[in-house]
Amino acid sequence: MSERDESMWKEKIDKIMEGRSRTRSALLPCLEAVQRETGCIPQEAITYIRKELDVPSVNVYGVITFYGMLTTKKQGKYVIRVCNSLPCYLNGSQEIIEVLKDELGIGNGEITSDEKFTLEEVACLGLCDKAPAIMVNEEICENLTKEKVRDIIRIKREEG
Amino acid sequence: MEKILLKDIDRPNLNDIGIYIDGGGYKALEKALKMNPQKVIEEVKNSRLVGRGGAAFPTGLKWEFTRKEKNEPKFLICNADEGEPGTFKDRVLLKNNPHLLIESMIIGGYTIGANKGFIYIRGEYFEEIKRLNEAIEQARTEGYLGENILNSNFSFDLEVYCGAGAYVCGEETTLFESLEGKRGCSRERPPFPTQSGYMNKPTAINNVETLCNLPAIINNGAEWYSKIGSPNSPGTKLFCISGQINRPGVYELPMGITLRELIENYGGGAKGEFKAALPGGVSSNLLTDLDVKLDYKSVADAGSMLGSGAVIVINSEMSIVDVARNCLEFFTHESCGQCTPCREGTRRANEILGRFVEGKGRTEDIDFLLELGEVMYDASRCGLGQAAMNAATSAVNLFRDEFTQQVKNKEG
Repeated sequence: MSERDESMWKEKIDKIMEGRSRTRSALLPCLEAVQRETGCIPQEAITYIRKELDVPSVNVYGVITFYGMLTTKKQGKYVIRVCNSLPCYLNGSQEIIEVLKDELGIGNGEITSDEKFTLEEVACLGLCDKAPAIMVNEEICENLTKEKVRDIIRIKREEG
Repeated sequence: MEKILLKDIDRPNLNDIGIYIDGGGYKALEKALKMNPQKVIEEVKNSRLVGRGGAAFPTGLKWEFTRKEKNEPKFLICNADEGEPGTFKDRVLLKNNPHLLIESMIIGGYTIGANKGFIYIRGEYFEEIKRLNEAIEQARTEGYLGENILNSNFSFDLEVYCGAGAYVCGEETTLFESLEGKRGCSRERPPFPTQSGYMNKPTAINNVETLCNLPAIINNGAEWYSKIGSPNSPGTKLFCISGQINRPGVYELPMGITLRELIENYGGGAKGEFKAALPGGVSSNLLTDLDVKLDYKSVADAGSMLGSGAVIVINSEMSIVDVARNCLEFFTHESCGQCTPCREGTRRANEILGRFVEGKGRTEDIDFLLELGEVMYDASRCGLGQAAMNAATSAVNLFRDEFTQQVKNKEG
């Protein structure tokens, strides 16, 4: 890990830890901040947080593996979260998932070889009135059809 | 019909504090701060407001219990971890009217005697998180949050705390664990949160929609509020309609309208022929009777639960076996794994339903699903496991033939 990567998260989590008097309750916000800044939670960050908050590694890993939005695995530049809960399912989310897997050539939880896309099948995103829906990073894509999904992937590929 | 929660929702830039104040915002707070906290509690009790997150517990009582506790400090927590499939009502309030929630929470903090509040919001609500933080900053600048609010000697501050993708954290004791930086595993009850919640301190935890009723109750009085909607449960409810429906969305309607009125008059009718609906998301039992009144008691009498008011409509082309399987896939994924009835029960039910989906079901498993549902209801530690089988067991009870048809033919 380069120094530049580290500087991306260190300042942020120092501030979070200060605000919470270096207690355990800072753990989840710190991990979320690292995830947001670097797209995953690197070992260096885990070691740093463990020491600063005096929380055993097993508990840090316990929290990371429990929460769906946290991961130690590198994620793609675009994280595609596709909902398959009932309202989306009733409106054809299975087809959307098939198209995504087919277009990207990866399965659930995997990353494309160019590290551009990660595909995550997730529980309800609260977009049931716009089903079927996905989120691409923080962007909401709603009322999807197979064609719309292919367009989204194509545009993200072109954007680089 | 008079709207309370969505009254001003279409006003442009309502998330800006100036616009909110121009529309009468923070007036209820000014009024409440001049009242005795016990008087506020009486007012909320008399309004007969009950929790809108699903459990329908009387809000005034919850606040009274918390206020009466001797232990300090106390906390007020807003549960904005909206995750029940089919629920997207709190999102509308959080995004378009964040100050309504902030004002409500300051009133709540004053009433129970808390100086600190948290809004626990799901991590995927990126835009809503941003807007809430901006609104809180504005409220601090204007003196509605912080020390000595409006010269009342009352101090209160708010913090947004983001979840990270775990449905179970919407369960209140699980939410406290998460807020303390731990895995989302539920706690034993009692003690109840009002005695021992966040950091084992007295905590009142309320849903976004519940809290947002407060300013209207303070401004207009309990008597006014208690006359709206159904005598069973006063007030309006934010109903979310989704699934196979022509006009999905959030509708604020009086408690007690029928499922038929909701679907036909507001949802634009079912897409295709109506078959069944889940009135309270995937945690509730299927209903086929369109004339059921949508209030907590009537839906419970009909054998289901109104929950958060997430009505998911299913049409006749849909296999109910597929629907039940989808629900169990969800619960299997979201079970925290702490207690065996839920962890193992959701997995076994998911496997069994998977076989039925593929036409390889076993006759004896149909009744086994019902038995498993009973065991999980009795033995699971929290609401997730207790409710996980509702959709599946009601599917068996209402549409048994569809399961029988998916039994593997022994000669085949």
